[in-house]
Amino acid sequence: MDNVLENTSDGISDDEKAAYVSMKGVGHKYDPRPDAPMVVQDIDLDIHRHEFVAVVGPSGCGKSTLLRMVAGLLIPFHGQVSVFNLPVTEPRDDVGIVFQKANLLPWLTVRKNVLFPLKHKYGRYSANDEKRANELLEMAGLTQFADKMPDELSGGMQQRVGIIRALLLNPDILLMDEPFSALDALTREQIGFDLLDIWKEHPKTVLFITHSISEAVLLADRILVMSKRPGTVLDLINVDLPRPRSQKTINSPRFAELTDLIRGHIYEPNTPA
Amino acid sequence: MNQTRPLKSWILHQANRFAPAFFFIGLVILWQLVCQLGNVPNYILPSPSAIISAFFDVEFSRWMTHLWATLRVALMGFVLSICIALPLSIGMMRSELMNRVLYPALIVIQSTPVVAVAPLIIVLLGTDDPSRVLITCLITFFPLVVSTTTGMLETPPEMIELSQSLRAPRYRETWQIRIPYAIPHIFSGLRVSITLAIIGAVVAEFVAAEEGLGYFIQFSTSFFKIPQAFAGLIFLSVISLLLFKSIQWIQAWWFPWSLPKKKTA
Repeated sequence: MDNVLENTSDGISDDEKAAYVSMKGVGHKYDPRPDAPMVVQDIDLDIHRHEFVAVVGPSGCGKSTLLRMVAGLLIPFHGQVSVFNLPVTEPRDDVGIVFQKANLLPWLTVRKNVLFPLKHKYGRYSANDEKRANELLEMAGLTQFADKMPDELSGGMQQRVGIIRALLLNPDILLMDEPFSALDALTREQIGFDLLDIWKEHPKTVLFITHSISEAVLLADRILVMSKRPGTVLDLINVDLPRPRSQKTINSPRFAELTDLIRGHIYEPNTPA
Repeated sequence: MNQTRPLKSWILHQANRFAPAFFFIGLVILWQLVCQLGNVPNYILPSPSAIISAFFDVEFSRWMTHLWATLRVALMGFVLSICIALPLSIGMMRSELMNRVLYPALIVIQSTPVVAVAPLIIVLLGTDDPSRVLITCLITFFPLVVSTTTGMLETPPEMIELSQSLRAPRYRETWQIRIPYAIPHIFSGLRVSITLAIIGAVVAEFVAAEEGLGYFIQFSTSFFKIPQAFAGLIFLSVISLLLFKSIQWIQAWWFPWSLPKKKTA
């Protein structure tokens, strides 16, 4: 499991192994008593290598719980999550998490925030690692903000820092937990396109949690639509919009059809596909 | 703001700015007037002018001796209390059992009046610095433990998840996430504690001492040198205020990010 660690500093390189996330009959509840209600149940989902899967659903439907189980932060009550055919029993080194509201450490500069995963995991980082952090900062257009404190940055810039921090250890799988929900609509759309650019250049397997239907359609290859609590799979939708996606994608009729389809599922929860 | 009468608005602005100082100066003048016009004897309420002259009647080197005695005890007690509070807080944050066992004991210590315990501590440890430092420490460490523990426990769960997702060792979670997160809390604890440290040192001097500002006040009072006692008291308040301020300066200098946000938009 530690194989990814050796080459964290020598640039972003493709791993030959296929990242493959699989959920089989996954269900979870926080209260272990037998009569306690489930938060999510009966989730079956296979995510292919370098696929971008979005999860949408009403708030409280257990989307974040699902993400935490893939991250290894939670062990599912029922069923199993596996990555590379190995059951997930603890957090993995090849998974990067982007949190809601950036989750930066306010006492560290932007550069040190980006390097934090190394500093925190191993207690130190090398000059090479610093070079990599600078490359990531450049990719995110944040070079001139590298020595600023997080609260000197706008919300959109902070979340870009959050994203490149998750990329530092060059993960195969990127888990994103409503990463743009704290941002205003314009910033949100722009950072969505930025994310697609990054993803195109450095393909990752992405699990993207959101409560924005249009965001999910714009970004994802497939969308898992969840019901309200207890969260179950209502539908798994193939987003057959061409890439690269842009502002034009949003205006296309197919985009409207897909968002309507999902909206229909969420507002009429008794009609699973 | 007012274009037509800039001078008047400037005066109003300055008056508003220095209002606290004016209030303080006014109070001192009133005090002086009451004492002079009311012929209040010095041994009941000395006038500010009497206090000032009493201050200069005492030799500078004597002031420094007393100041050093008090400051030494207060700072030693304060530092000792930081050294005890920090590991204790970490322990109580990490272990629910330790929290359950120690918290009631801490409350018992905190709710026992230190003034009442002080004579017993003198009997136990003698009349030298150790007992005075212990008295100071007893009075200062509770706010530190409470604020530090609270701060560390209030660390947002997402920051802890970040640590867990990296499978970092627990001590780094504490050292690189929880303690920095608790810095604003720790400093509010330190501000309370530093003023309590002076109180602790004075209490200890009241019980057994041959020098120190607390001893000086008690000694002056017993010889009916009331203006001198007042001078000692005011000196003590100024020192206490300066210590309080220096904690704020340290925070602003070393941890500027931990101060409340100014609007930069």
